[in-house]
Amino acid sequence: MHIMEGYLPIEWCIFWAVISVPFILIGIWQMKKLIQKDRKVLPLMAVCGAFVFVLSALKIPSVTGSCSHPTGTGLSSAFFGPFVTSVLGTIVLLFQALLLAHGGLTTLGANVFSMAIFGPLVAWLVFLGLRKLKLGLGLSVGITAGVANLVTYSLTSLQLALAFPIDGSILAAFLAFAGVFAITQIPLAIIEGIICGLVAKFIVRVKPDIVKTLGIVSDEEIAKIQGEAA
Amino acid sequence: MKRSTLEVIIGVIVILALIVGALAVAGDAEWGGADGNVAGMIDETGYTPWYESVIWSPPSGEIESLIFALQAAFGAGIACLILGYWTGQRKARKE
Repeated sequence: MHIMEGYLPIEWCIFWAVISVPFILIGIWQMKKLIQKDRKVLPLMAVCGAFVFVLSALKIPSVTGSCSHPTGTGLSSAFFGPFVTSVLGTIVLLFQALLLAHGGLTTLGANVFSMAIFGPLVAWLVFLGLRKLKLGLGLSVGITAGVANLVTYSLTSLQLALAFPIDGSILAAFLAFAGVFAITQIPLAIIEGIICGLVAKFIVRVKPDIVKTLGIVSDEEIAKIQGEAA
Repeated sequence: MKRSTLEVIIGVIVILALIVGALAVAGDAEWGGADGNVAGMIDETGYTPWYESVIWSPPSGEIESLIFALQAAFGAGIACLILGYWTGQRKARKE
């Protein structure tokens, strides 16, 4: 999903960077507030950030014969919402742009908006919806992570289509770019979903009090998830 | 078997099946990055990138994989440190 350095006209680089900035600023402010309220959330935030690091470093082969990588933003989206996730994702994208020439500084805004903001935002809304429907935490986080992945790549396709329409048609270009990503990404979204769902349940088992302060899981469900390991 | 253990086992099997399945289905493909394929499509339109990183880019594939490995190791290290600490804390509280 990384748009490579220089592969986006400058006006689009500026556009995506400008709309990304407010999300990151709100994210930093939210992080500060959460930590001031209860310092115990800091290690959980670190675990979520660490998962973005691990998963986005893995290039996994897919059925289409090409490799792509998970985004890893699902766990943090479910626990902390899209704004905090935008800060964590930006750190990883900056690391990859500076040290790996993966993505780039000029396209950082566009990549941040797709991977660290829009994917997590849609995924977080899905997570809230699934929880309202009383779906279990593990499954909800799993689906959230898969959605974050797929939405990220769909948005990347749209960003490229807006900049490079085919014969003036943005839709045709979108379908062409999405065609490269879509099928490749589906198995990866499933893999990412399984990992994040299992990790979320593990966290609830070993450290239920932190997850409880975030208000995303009830006492009964904590007892139920812990019972599964007894 | 505990339900939690069963979930992990099934999860790992599905993940392995997806990866091994992919390798089997598209055996002799090029296994390039999807990012690169898209860049190739843009190149075909006649577009030339207007900016190239002047700061630093990995001089070879080996060095690139070193940095990717460091990225994964750093993430896994932090995550396992904290998850392991919590697991120990919980055990100590039980005893």
